[in-house]
Amino acid sequence: MTAVTENLLDRLRQRFDGYLSSSRIDVGQITLEFKADKLLEICLALRDEDAFQFTQLSDLCGLDYLTYGQADWETQDTTSTGFSRGVSARSQVEQEHSGPRYAVVYHLLSIVHNQRIRLRCLIEDEPLLVSSVAEIWASANWYEREAFDLFGIMFEGHPDLRRILTDYGFIGHPFRKDFPLEGNVEVRYDEEKGRVVYQAVSIQSRVLVPRVIRNDNRYQQDDEQASETE
Amino acid sequence: MPEIRNMTMNFGPQHPAAHGVLRLVLEMDGEVIERADPHIGLLHRGTEKLAESKPYNQSIGYMDRLDYVSMMCNEHAYVMAMEKLLGVTPPVRAQYIRVMFDEITRVLNHLMWLGTHGLDIGAMTMFLYCFREREDLMDCYEAVSGTRMHATYYRPGGVYRDLPSSMPNYQTSKWHDEKQVEESNETRGGSLLDFIDAFTARFPGCIDEYETLLTDNRIWKQRTVGIGVVTPERALQIGFTGPMLRGSGVEWDLRKKQPYEVYSELDFDIPVGVNGDCYDRYLVRVEEMRQSNRIIKQCVDWLKANPGPVILDDHKLVPPRREEMKDDMESLIHHFKLFTEGFCIPEGEIYSVVEHPKGEFGIYLVSDGANKPYRLKVRAPGFAHLSAMNEMVQGHMLADVVAVIGTQDIVFGEIDR
Repeated sequence: MTAVTENLLDRLRQRFDGYLSSSRIDVGQITLEFKADKLLEICLALRDEDAFQFTQLSDLCGLDYLTYGQADWETQDTTSTGFSRGVSARSQVEQEHSGPRYAVVYHLLSIVHNQRIRLRCLIEDEPLLVSSVAEIWASANWYEREAFDLFGIMFEGHPDLRRILTDYGFIGHPFRKDFPLEGNVEVRYDEEKGRVVYQAVSIQSRVLVPRVIRNDNRYQQDDEQASETE
Repeated sequence: MPEIRNMTMNFGPQHPAAHGVLRLVLEMDGEVIERADPHIGLLHRGTEKLAESKPYNQSIGYMDRLDYVSMMCNEHAYVMAMEKLLGVTPPVRAQYIRVMFDEITRVLNHLMWLGTHGLDIGAMTMFLYCFREREDLMDCYEAVSGTRMHATYYRPGGVYRDLPSSMPNYQTSKWHDEKQVEESNETRGGSLLDFIDAFTARFPGCIDEYETLLTDNRIWKQRTVGIGVVTPERALQIGFTGPMLRGSGVEWDLRKKQPYEVYSELDFDIPVGVNGDCYDRYLVRVEEMRQSNRIIKQCVDWLKANPGPVILDDHKLVPPRREEMKDDMESLIHHFKLFTEGFCIPEGEIYSVVEHPKGEFGIYLVSDGANKPYRLKVRAPGFAHLSAMNEMVQGHMLADVVAVIGTQDIVFGEIDR
């Protein structure tokens, strides 16, 4: 399986030479990264060319890298100082994320070649605009509506870009990392008005388990070995 | 000349045939559907966002609540994603237990589907028959995890505990006298495996019973043959997976094509349909139950012959046994760390898929090395299926909409997430 995957990666690199900003195999799965303007060309080639035949779009989702690699607790030199008791959210940057904040991730499946592939389309700057692939794979229609709803990513050429999962008249894009977990508004039934009303949320955000990044030496060894073998 | 306009009709969200909270806005020309616009999201709970704010092991329970009629399969995809990123493999016995429960779940799901689909289009008895067998399988869930539905049984590194050596028995009450209780307890004398074994012996007969009621029933055929036809090319294009895809004649099953756990060592067949209509999908699912029964039987035989560990012995990932935790310092520390902070997963991303009863259930997990997922995306099979609702019902009658909803095996827990 791994040889087949590497073979496919080589062919993809050859075919899309100059298009990709990065390509790699991660846990046995191929990831191709490229900028938004190359999307349609790459997708069409992946679907139609005999060497690829990715006839199905399994999944499409948005991704927000705003707080990537940020932890609530410092873990590097805690053996001498101990952990702080209070938690201030995302105070520690353990790994820097390089690259744009938003991305759209596509998972493709080729049932002819029995292969999967992941595409990551990086969105450089505002406005968050990506070409729609709904013409290429019909299943993208709802997935793109979902990514628009949850992340505010606009898909150019989408036949019907409406919100899909959130409430009618919802404001904001809830899966962005700067959208609070408990939301901004809550609903309740108002006796006097005799209808359901919206009001600001009354619950407070609490971190029950701090977000911690530990660069576990067990996996670091694996990384070294992996880099040696490369 | 009077002006003739299409009628817009609202179907659901509170409709017994909407299988939950589906709201369909139907544009109709007389009784013929011109356009169907499903409105979803009425059950949106933000599972993915919630999972991003919790340690990995605390989200397993959320997975049960996605597709709440095939609980353990959801867990499986999530647990497998973590295991792949961690680079660990559960013990073989755990893999067999998982496969066995995946198939039990598949039977549970298909029984639920068959019962409600039958009920929707006028076959009341099916519902009663199917729920009779579901009860036994629910008991298996209960015996192994303590709950009938939301099991949280699969854990990274294996399963929570080994199969119990005894089944709970029914007791007499003012509703059930001794004779009835004795009948119900007939197969409950031995271990859970004996109970499942007895079930697999009995179940093919039960499927025959369902088939005598439906397969050649002319009302059933009138309601399903030629309804919601999808060609194989179109099925791939609109993202169909699982029985929906196989009903159209594409032989694609992840258990065979991209085998995970021990599926490659088990003997089973993949049924496919020919016409891609509701009736073919019914036949595919019924045959799948027979095949699942075969797999369960093989797993039972293997599990009876091969005792062993069911979870890894790595206490950085798996909590130590309760007894150890009480009198061993190191175990106490491990226990404390696991239940306060959880475990960290190395940086990376994975798309892990299982052949869920409804189709391809995928978990896309992005980790930045923390004890919580950075991004979790659930690829729910029903989402893609429901998005094709419009083209499946166009030109059909209103009553066929119900048949199409039924054939898609819609469950809103996974679609709305």
